[in-house]
Amino acid sequence: MTLVYILAFIAVAALLGFVTHDRWRVNLLLAVSALAVYALQPTLPVRGLDFYLPTVTLALAVLGWVLTTPREARSWKNNWPGAAILGGIVLALALTRYLGFSLPLTASRPPQTLTVLLLLAVAVMLGLLIARFTSPGKAALTAAFVFVLLFFAVLKVPALSLQVSLFLRTLNEQSLTTASPLDVRWLGFSYIAFRLLHTIRDRQSGRLPPVSLSEYVVYIIFFPALSAGPIDRIESFIGDLRRPPQRAAGDWGEAGKRLVMGLFKKFALADALAIVALNGANALQVRTAGWAWVMLYAYAFQLYFDFSGYTDIAIGIGRLLGFKLPENFNAPYLKPNLTQFWNNWHMTLTQWFRAYFFNPVTRALRSGKKPLPIPAIILITQVATMVLIGLWHGVTLNFVLWGLCHGLALFVHNRWSERTKARFAALSQNWQKTLNLGGALLTFHFIALTWVFFALPEPSVSFRFLQTLLGGA
Amino acid sequence: MDARFLRNVLLKGLALFLAIDLLVAALPAGLGKLSLYNTLFNGRLRFPFGEDSAQSYNLSLFDLDAMFAAHTISAGQKPAEEYRIIVIGDSSVWGTLLRPEETLTGQLDAADLSACDGRSVRVYNLGYPTVSLTKDLMVLDYALRYDPDLIIWSLTLESFPFDKQLTSPIVANNAARVDDLITRYGLSLDPADPALARPGFWGQTLIGQRRALADLFRLQMYGVLWSATGIDQSYPSDYTRAQTDFDADVTYHGQAGPALDESQLAFEFLEAGLMAAGDIPVIMVNEPMLISVGENSNLRYNFLYPRWAYDDWRQMMLEKAAALDWNYLDLWDLVPADQFTNSAIHITPQAETLLVEQVIPSIQQQICP
Repeated sequence: MTLVYILAFIAVAALLGFVTHDRWRVNLLLAVSALAVYALQPTLPVRGLDFYLPTVTLALAVLGWVLTTPREARSWKNNWPGAAILGGIVLALALTRYLGFSLPLTASRPPQTLTVLLLLAVAVMLGLLIARFTSPGKAALTAAFVFVLLFFAVLKVPALSLQVSLFLRTLNEQSLTTASPLDVRWLGFSYIAFRLLHTIRDRQSGRLPPVSLSEYVVYIIFFPALSAGPIDRIESFIGDLRRPPQRAAGDWGEAGKRLVMGLFKKFALADALAIVALNGANALQVRTAGWAWVMLYAYAFQLYFDFSGYTDIAIGIGRLLGFKLPENFNAPYLKPNLTQFWNNWHMTLTQWFRAYFFNPVTRALRSGKKPLPIPAIILITQVATMVLIGLWHGVTLNFVLWGLCHGLALFVHNRWSERTKARFAALSQNWQKTLNLGGALLTFHFIALTWVFFALPEPSVSFRFLQTLLGGA
Repeated sequence: MDARFLRNVLLKGLALFLAIDLLVAALPAGLGKLSLYNTLFNGRLRFPFGEDSAQSYNLSLFDLDAMFAAHTISAGQKPAEEYRIIVIGDSSVWGTLLRPEETLTGQLDAADLSACDGRSVRVYNLGYPTVSLTKDLMVLDYALRYDPDLIIWSLTLESFPFDKQLTSPIVANNAARVDDLITRYGLSLDPADPALARPGFWGQTLIGQRRALADLFRLQMYGVLWSATGIDQSYPSDYTRAQTDFDADVTYHGQAGPALDESQLAFEFLEAGLMAAGDIPVIMVNEPMLISVGENSNLRYNFLYPRWAYDDWRQMMLEKAAALDWNYLDLWDLVPADQFTNSAIHITPQAETLLVEQVIPSIQQQICP
């Protein structure tokens, strides 16, 4: 997200913060968020794709609502404004191809209007059929869950992304020689998928609150949190959405503080550190261990300031709109052990995995006919969770290695803390402080070293860089 | 937190910002002298220059103070046991597509020459990739404060025409320095030339100088990767070779020949450089250039020069060198055509070795008279 877009979002949010009328507020947020989905989508070399991907985002959000909403709550009377806004925005943006100038609302010139109309008609028909013949039963929800995961796999597995690119290029009669997995960069899909999966699972477990089409789609594509989270829970989000903004000085002050902090973290600190941070090119060029450590530290802090800066900005813009988005970071590098680090780094992601993977798998393993020993269950669930989190970033061997390192280390810490808990509690305050300080240093360095797998593209490059760090290259 | 508190924060913030902005405008220039190079980071072996910073860990900026401060020549006082040689010139001296150790300077430095008084010869690359005698003079004038014992000045015709003098961005953006050169050496340049950028008051404020300040900051940051990798230029595996086929165009800077109009060439800048050098010996080198064998190569030597113009200029240089007793090496045809890289004056490391072999005897004459 560029600074220009962020400033535009801040201005829009400041204006929308004055809209207190329920329906207006929801529908305006829907319109702005839908426009943001198109505006933030990067330009793609496959013709028309940077228009179709945001359109599919909106379609998925609508489909998500249809599949998670009981039939009786799907009445046209209550939901037509949302449908009209979304359809109107898609059409209006498609028509901008006839303007003599380009608007900053789409990445490139929209495709032929007739094609858009045709595809839109097919999508509407499909949606109506699904709405007519399905209810949020087990089969439909499971199918939806698998469907989202399939989309996810296509985006995250480079070989599959490449096949999609080749297919679309063939369809468009474009050159196949320049096809690349990067042709299918879909802005914010990871976060959209998490929100969709969250609502599907909550519908399955009967926890999903009843929401209108507009409310649901705003939750899925809420513009401040579109590209980098945080991942809010729908019940908390809907509560804020239905509560008129207070416009209190305290909220504005808090919003301003978070925005200034976020902008500083992202554009002053993270962008400056990015100049010297470890990457695939400089990892092979560095000549001494000392400078390699400097590059690694720079990467560790760049990642933190970049991500937590974006979170601050999202929280600040959310606050202007009257939303209290959840925190994502709480001084994670200062935590004395890895478990606490993961409780304070990208918190909404870890909470999501805890709720929808770690806890259910743990329960399943414990409640089997022949339950495994507790340490084995902890080992399996922690390693599996962390490998999954790794794979969420991209299906590569390096992300698997990164997840594996963290899963195993979390297990080791769990066992260690189980054994030493009583002895640690018996120590004096000073000793506890000293050990916590040592723990924080150790934890930070473990995390920094594992960022090597995260930052670099291949294991061979990563191991060579690790060798350089240890003075061996 | 109430509305009044917020209003006060906004007003105070705005006032503070304005105050800092105006303060920056009032400060004298020279911020570029503050540098982390030569202390925290290794000094650079050649001037900062480059447009592809993410690959080259380098960037172009217009602040001569910052450029020298980043250079290894600024690393402390000159040691008593050092015989200091500086080399000035264009991109062929700076070393486009060459690693620092492969350049003329790098190879001269590696030759481990010693003066007869026992001092070790150290050679510094002060080339900068634009062609303009004014730019060379500006660099030379600044470099004199580093107490050189010998100056090698690499030249080519393209840096002589008057219409080239202010086209170098580093010249155009250093109007105050150009003014100073005009005053001290009586140069035939118009201080009111619109090519010289003269920022007004707002251009000197924090907002007006944001690009220059950001460049200065980025230069410091790239010091990390320069120190870590020793890379200051990107080296593409493939590049477009210097052009060898040409249109039948024989004009040179608006002249069609057959003789070059000397009044259009800035020889006086060369003389100003020699005047600036004073007692410090100067070796002038007519740098090697590509002699093409291709379409219309009977009319042109290369992309830069029609034959008649270059031949005429060479003759002028030889005559002046003889008349004014210049220490002048005419090495224009030293390098075979296949040893040029991406331009008519950029050569391979092997060709640099040929050049070094020709230059060393002249240096030896100076260090052991």
